[in-house]
Amino acid sequence: MKNSFLLLLLLTLSPILVSAQKYFTKSGRIDFSATAPSSPEKIEAVHKTVTCVLDAATGQLQFSLLIQGFTFERALMQEHFNENYMESGKFPKAEFKGAITNNTAVNYSKDGDYTVTVKGKLTLHGEAREVETTGKIAIKGGKISASANFSAVLSEYKIEVPALVSDKVSKTATIKVACSLEPLKS
Amino acid sequence: MHMIKRFKIYIGLLLCVAMLGPLKMFAQDDLLSLVGEDKPTKQRVKYAFKSSRVINSHSMEFINPGTMDFRILHRFGSLDQGYKNFFGLDQASMRMSFDFGLLHNLMAGVGRSTFKKEVDAFVKYAPICQSTGPGSSPVTVALVSGITVDGLPWADPTRQNYFTSRLAYYNQVIIGRKFSEALSLQVMPTVVHKNLVQLATDKNDIVGLGFGGRLKLSKRMALTWDYTYVVDGLPEGYFHPLSFGLDIETGGHVFQLHVSNANGMNERAFITETTGQWGQGQVRFGFNLSRMFQLKKPKLD
Repeated sequence: MKNSFLLLLLLTLSPILVSAQKYFTKSGRIDFSATAPSSPEKIEAVHKTVTCVLDAATGQLQFSLLIQGFTFERALMQEHFNENYMESGKFPKAEFKGAITNNTAVNYSKDGDYTVTVKGKLTLHGEAREVETTGKIAIKGGKISASANFSAVLSEYKIEVPALVSDKVSKTATIKVACSLEPLKS
Repeated sequence: MHMIKRFKIYIGLLLCVAMLGPLKMFAQDDLLSLVGEDKPTKQRVKYAFKSSRVINSHSMEFINPGTMDFRILHRFGSLDQGYKNFFGLDQASMRMSFDFGLLHNLMAGVGRSTFKKEVDAFVKYAPICQSTGPGSSPVTVALVSGITVDGLPWADPTRQNYFTSRLAYYNQVIIGRKFSEALSLQVMPTVVHKNLVQLATDKNDIVGLGFGGRLKLSKRMALTWDYTYVVDGLPEGYFHPLSFGLDIETGGHVFQLHVSNANGMNERAFITETTGQWGQGQVRFGFNLSRMFQLKKPKLD
């Protein structure tokens, strides 16, 4: 009788424990590059206030960022990025909502490195597309470092590159994600 | 005994219900709302104008901090001169200037015009910037303060001349709003003070009310206009400056092509000394060329 009561207690608490296993950051980093091979100048930017939330129990993974938060070396390039390409006035945010498909392979309670597959929907410039990529998860002392690289074909997101700058701006952007996540206290 | 067992089942059921509470969280597909990411944040409304000038007048827009805007302005002769002066293109008056972006809402510039060999300088600051989200402002309010120094030889060298006689000042408030991606409008109450005027009947303080706007035609092209109404009227032979332009953006440059009845390219000159009359065809073709230089690069790492 005593045992069954304990079991019941454990069962009751387990979802609470599990739901506490969410990790987040508001200072994730994304490096973006759309430099064409022939371009004399680098077309790249960095974003250092990316929000990312990971639910360790389900493997759900979500990112959000403000397009205006991308910093370029040249302010004019940043202006054109916002005004003419990403239209950040109309589409202020970019979002990714997806999941780690092999989440069961990750032991979040133990230090270690894992290769994961992430699949989900990327919303950019108001267009949502399915993306899939492999990334790395490193767990150390209860914190998670997550990183991944992937590329996006600009035309799929209805981002036009005028012929005038086609020798500078690549048709495909490479996106490098790096976030260190901390436990979310709910 | 029986009672205790029943009590235990009851407790067990209660706990089961308690379990379902946290379980509900699994169904939630918006993790971002857990960290307040769904809440709107205050964001500045940018790029109301392509350039820090509408055409002649200052715009509500600022150049980016760490950048320098090298501007070359040309005003040709008046169109009504016909073919003998190739519709004014045979003559040109110009102003060259360097504007510096200091903060996101502070810039300063210095320029020199061929008209009256005048040097001018200004500081522009916006205490209020148009933004969206909580605690936002629907308009940008910018203040401009400038000085001009006439560089011509003294009109009458025989009398006592003071350096201060060469000076004129202008102070301006710009209230502007980007209504949509395409449309931006602004009004600019302005006071120009001239230390020395030509005639005793001329006013030293000239109050003007400026209007400016932009209508985007495409991502890289926009129609612009600016007009200054001089409240107390102007002496005979002078007119309110009215300009229409086309902004064309090509990578590192912005070309501002326009037609205007004004010849001057600083506030003192175009507000108080515009001699062309639209009705008489005394308008001139002109262009502003703006080239941005990045003086200070932000660290990306």
